[in-house]
Amino acid sequence: MEIQTETILRTENLKAFYVLDMHGTQKIVKAVNEVDLAIKENEIYGIAGESGCGKTTLLKALFNVIEPPLRLIGGKIYYRVNWEEVEVTSLSPEEKRRLRLEYISYIPQGSMSVLNPVLKIKESYQDFIASHVPEQSRKETMELAQKQIVELGLPKNILNAYPHQLSGGMRQRVTIALSALLSPRIMIGDEPTTALDVVVQRGVIQMLKEIQRKLQNTIILVTHDMGVHANVAHRIGIMYAGKIVEEGTTIQIFDNPLHPYTQFLINSLPKFGDKMMRESVPGSPPSLADLPRGCPFHPRCPYTKDICRESMPGFSYPDEKHRVACWLIGEGEHGKAS
Amino acid sequence: MEKLLEVKDLTKQYALGSLIARILITAVDRISFYMDQAEIFTLAGESGCGKTTTAKIVLGFEEATSGTILHSGKPQTRKEKVWITEGVQAIFQDPFSTFNPLRTVDSYFFETVKNYRLAESKTDAIELIDQKLRSVGLTYGEFAGKYPNEFSGGQLQRISIARALMTNPKLIIADEPVSMVDASLRMAIVNLFKKLRDELGVSVLYITHDLATAYYVSDRIAIMFRGNIVEMGTVEQVLMNPRHPYTRLLRESIPQADPRQTWSDTVTLAELEHDEYLREGCKFAGRCPMVMERCRREVPRDLFVGDVLVKCHLYEGSGETSPS
Repeated sequence: MEIQTETILRTENLKAFYVLDMHGTQKIVKAVNEVDLAIKENEIYGIAGESGCGKTTLLKALFNVIEPPLRLIGGKIYYRVNWEEVEVTSLSPEEKRRLRLEYISYIPQGSMSVLNPVLKIKESYQDFIASHVPEQSRKETMELAQKQIVELGLPKNILNAYPHQLSGGMRQRVTIALSALLSPRIMIGDEPTTALDVVVQRGVIQMLKEIQRKLQNTIILVTHDMGVHANVAHRIGIMYAGKIVEEGTTIQIFDNPLHPYTQFLINSLPKFGDKMMRESVPGSPPSLADLPRGCPFHPRCPYTKDICRESMPGFSYPDEKHRVACWLIGEGEHGKAS
Repeated sequence: MEKLLEVKDLTKQYALGSLIARILITAVDRISFYMDQAEIFTLAGESGCGKTTTAKIVLGFEEATSGTILHSGKPQTRKEKVWITEGVQAIFQDPFSTFNPLRTVDSYFFETVKNYRLAESKTDAIELIDQKLRSVGLTYGEFAGKYPNEFSGGQLQRISIARALMTNPKLIIADEPVSMVDASLRMAIVNLFKKLRDELGVSVLYITHDLATAYYVSDRIAIMFRGNIVEMGTVEQVLMNPRHPYTRLLRESIPQADPRQTWSDTVTLAELEHDEYLREGCKFAGRCPMVMERCRREVPRDLFVGDVLVKCHLYEGSGETSPS
């Protein structure tokens, strides 16, 4: 995994805010705030954080679906398409549509509401193929779909079933199979295993890994379950209040978490064979519409210093591939005040 | 000593399908367990294993097909709902659907005060509510007059625990109380259960599929699979040294927060829940890695290996059979 690979998706100072007009007063929800990411080819990149930290909005932005009330305030998103970097936010709607599913696909959270309940799975597949595949090769694609379903260990007759006949785990696996059908280079999963039982979750993760191994593509996986990240991700970004506060390889994040928030996330997990008292992160996440001054974590942080209340730290690089935005670790290479 | 709750041979059947092609699903199949005072007991298993049905019957929401339930030695019947609900309170999975979004949260507390005649005047009531809220780490001041959407999921779940505490219950039934709460805030809820047990002597029937928190908080645990209790004993024995192949599978499937311990082997998933429910013999036989010929024919007996109950043919002959 350590071989040099190309960056496939890159953001530069990405800012996406929800701008809400409420009775004449504007409310701005800073859901994605100055995010710089560089995601490589052939890697599983995990994004972790609590609910309401902007994870899902970040995924929407990465998937290039920025629709009101969500607005792109600043920054750029680049995909690497056929060896060339393309700035995707300025593409026409038709070009954006074409990139979707063929180049980048999305695995939604609630598989219940994804598949049309009155259509057989087969018809959902046909719909999907009809809108993305030229007419002459549609039949082949359908055959490919059948082959893929068997390869992924799903029952053959599943195409003739209605969504309600399948269990939650089975539906989620069908959704994943569908999103992988056209061999996209990037797959984005928004909490794909959250509502599932542990054994089923393991099966779904197994399938995601299998697809990634076969297609050698990139998977961006969002979940708040650090256990899942430890099992699948190659690199992890920790998100807090719309910002990436720490990023590193999975080993670096688990062995040497530097940001106090990351430390809380990892140490609050119960472990077998250890009944020691474990504490949650104190307090609750800040409202993205009314962020505290300085580092957004300072009201919950046990090590707050004066400077934390004043300004947001820039990134420090304690190790190769490991970056963290915290005043305890360093001033940051470009300590920007905000 | 009298048990706080005793469940004996509890069975619940549901009929599925039309009048002609009717099949009976045994959602809960002759299960027995007990709970002591000041004890956290976990019912764990996947969705569709019958754990929520069991909870509903104990709460009196559903009627059992057969079997008995004793609350401190007294049998539970339909008529005696009041004393049952006073001593047994419930917390549910989704804190956002527990509360009506158009009602203020405090109105639920006043309603409970009124229904159980807990206070004489409004000031008394507020004092009582404040006292209960403080035991979950909130105060009346920061909660009065607010609507559910003004709280986070973790806060709402703590509020519903405070609401459950209003009647000074001896037993709290918590059905998946942390599955909708962020992993980082879960510990606040489960630590609260420990505190209630140690300080107030409240017992908690903790229903969950999350074995990691179950290990952390509970004293004893029962693993359910398709309506049966397949293994029951202290958490140390059941989770640190699982005997039933299903418990082993569950235990291995929990993602450990350690990147060096990842899964190496693959799992087979059940294709349809139905088939497993209707299976003759051991319900786990279709997925069991150690399946034997007799597993497909005979239902295993409840065997005791040490103090642990295991319902599996593998232990036939190695332990003693159940006394009943």
